[in-house]
Amino acid sequence: MDSALLSLLAAFLLSILGLFAFIWSLRKGLLVENVKAASAIFVKGEIGQVDDPALRPAAQASLQAAAMEPGDAAHVPDAQEVEERLAADRSSAFPVFMFIAFGCMWLLFGGIAGLTASLKLHWPDWLVSEAWMTFGRMRTMHLTAVLYGWITNVELGIIIWLMPRLLRRPLMGPMWIMLGGALVNTAIASGIGAIGAGWTDGLEYLEMPWQIGIFFAVGMVCIIVPVMYTLINRKVESLYVTTWYHTAGLLWITMLFIVGKLPGVHFGVQQAGMNWWYGHNVLGLWFTPVAVGAIYYFLPKIIARPVRSYNLSILGFWTLAFFYAQVGGHHLVGGPVPGWLVTLSIVQSMMMIIPVLAFTINMALTMKGRMRLALYSPTLRFVMFGGFMYMLSSLQGSFEALRSVQQVAHFTHFTVAHAHLGAYGFVTMVLFGAIYFMMPRILHYEWPFPKLISWHFWLASIGVMIYFVFLTYGGWLQGLAMLDPARPFMDSVAVTLPWLQWRSVGGGLMVASHLIFVGHFLAMVLRFGPNRAGAALFSTQARAMEVVHGE
Amino acid sequence: MENEVKLTTGAMVTFAIAVSALVVLPYIQVRGVEAPEGLKPYTSAELRGRASYIANGCMYCHSQQPRSESFAPADAKRGWGRASVPGDYMYDRPHLLGSMRTGPDLFNIGVRQPSKDWQLGHLFQPRAYVPGSIMPSYPYLFDVKDEADPGEEVVNLPPGHVPEGKVVVPTPEALDLVKYLQSLKRNYPILPPQPREAEGAKTSSAPMAAQPSSAS
Repeated sequence: MDSALLSLLAAFLLSILGLFAFIWSLRKGLLVENVKAASAIFVKGEIGQVDDPALRPAAQASLQAAAMEPGDAAHVPDAQEVEERLAADRSSAFPVFMFIAFGCMWLLFGGIAGLTASLKLHWPDWLVSEAWMTFGRMRTMHLTAVLYGWITNVELGIIIWLMPRLLRRPLMGPMWIMLGGALVNTAIASGIGAIGAGWTDGLEYLEMPWQIGIFFAVGMVCIIVPVMYTLINRKVESLYVTTWYHTAGLLWITMLFIVGKLPGVHFGVQQAGMNWWYGHNVLGLWFTPVAVGAIYYFLPKIIARPVRSYNLSILGFWTLAFFYAQVGGHHLVGGPVPGWLVTLSIVQSMMMIIPVLAFTINMALTMKGRMRLALYSPTLRFVMFGGFMYMLSSLQGSFEALRSVQQVAHFTHFTVAHAHLGAYGFVTMVLFGAIYFMMPRILHYEWPFPKLISWHFWLASIGVMIYFVFLTYGGWLQGLAMLDPARPFMDSVAVTLPWLQWRSVGGGLMVASHLIFVGHFLAMVLRFGPNRAGAALFSTQARAMEVVHGE
Repeated sequence: MENEVKLTTGAMVTFAIAVSALVVLPYIQVRGVEAPEGLKPYTSAELRGRASYIANGCMYCHSQQPRSESFAPADAKRGWGRASVPGDYMYDRPHLLGSMRTGPDLFNIGVRQPSKDWQLGHLFQPRAYVPGSIMPSYPYLFDVKDEADPGEEVVNLPPGHVPEGKVVVPTPEALDLVKYLQSLKRNYPILPPQPREAEGAKTSSAPMAAQPSSAS
């Protein structure tokens, strides 16, 4: 079909769909504010009671004092509902702990592999004697470990932990989820081993051989079924926005993975199109929705205020679902693929500004006048930093998709810097915050050394900023040199060198922060450090304390 | 109940739209494309070399998709060749278009640098040929020994890169990899009607500049 006709048809269909969506939302009264739905994360009487489990009672008290607003004092959380939430937490504790523990292991491994790959770019004769050490394999092991090992595991943990909380009923079929988690991690470990040994499917983000991918897909199905079953048997009436994001994310990643891995179907440029449809959707339809959903839970929960607009958050969900799914083609600008495909993806990349603004406005209004609370709560600091980076990386991504920008930025480290702003600055920082929140509830034990949380935050955030700023600049220089026919290609290599070294510095800080974080995690799990909250996993005393604190 | 039905169907519908647009439509559009006459299928040695290219992750630094002259004029000027078309990739499973140019595009490396000696030596030690290169060296694709066994080749390296009294012998894997690189010659004519009319994506017929002395 003629591509002009095709784009016209697509634009027409798009407008019609938008019109229907608008009419439908008017009919459903969605444009009227819905405070009840936004407060679904709190039990009765809990609004105004701050909640940061990573804080000591004294620190919690000062956060509470800072968060006080007129009319707060009178409420007492409903004991029955708190009990229900404790039951929900108990039901998910073990599987969630498994996912987080696996995630931490992969973070440590993946970070070190990434730093090694980064160093190899400016020390090209370092660690070259064995095939598994070469840059091409090291970088891919890094990618698989952090994307599938770290982010996917921890996001699964967050989903499994929040589902029962938000649906107000214990998790169903936790054993199936454990089995699924075991399969998923078997696939990740085998995938990394295979890549190291040189067995790969050779597609970016889809390197894990499809034979191993079967374990991943089956594992995801084992996780989805109990989650859906819990969803259907929920006790709450309407779903909170986090549940929307999380359920959809689970379905999307599984479908994406299965379509992307279908053996023997994809070939040539079509495969390239599929490859980037997958590559960008892993970020757009899995990492992003789960992390955004997590922000929608943890941020209001910590500061004890519902998000400003529930409807805006739902608008964000649907626009993200529609636009983000189609942005992948912009990775092939200037490539041998049909022009309409690239144009479609660029248009949808720009449309992504809508969900991002919906999120940003909502969060800005929720946090308005309450920003200083971040001083009291490191957990909140992580989540806020992540939310801010979401806005930044998404807006950057929208403009980066434009042909004029791509002309320079495509094929350079600029893109790599952008990817890390999204996957680390945004997603990983949110995951850190979520883990700091969840772990004390899962283990009934405090983080033994709260100072380390601050160290972790500053090392990680400064590290990723150094990484992003310097590599972005170096990548842009590289692109300009590459685009200029008068300059030899080697110029585009030479200009990046100082910035590649700075990237290693940033990466070094990030790895240092991981060492602190994982060490702290281990200290907590192994009960090192001062014992404050009582040791036993299911000690009644520990629970009693949570009830008193209104959890 | 309404909520989760809405959620699941909605999520699947948006997903289906995206699959149709980015996976199914290109599939239909490209399915009919035929390989240009000048393009030959890879030989088994070249395929082994290609597998080694993939296993060692060459595609993470080298693209195989020269851009058009109107969009990025430097590509053709550097001797990377005309803009590629879907037909060029008919035998490519998996595709190796690549997304980075930490090193130069290799779509036509067989035209630009046909020398086997150069390719072998460059794999053994890139900096012996291209000063300032940040490509890793691949000593594990070679044997360094006292003397070559009968039937083995010796890599001719510039002085100073081989230990005193030793010779460098390529493994069969290195030889296959070089055969694959030498096979990357897309300088045959292509037929004009190709599905890429987007602005800045016109195909060009820039003559290939053969520069056997430089790898960039």
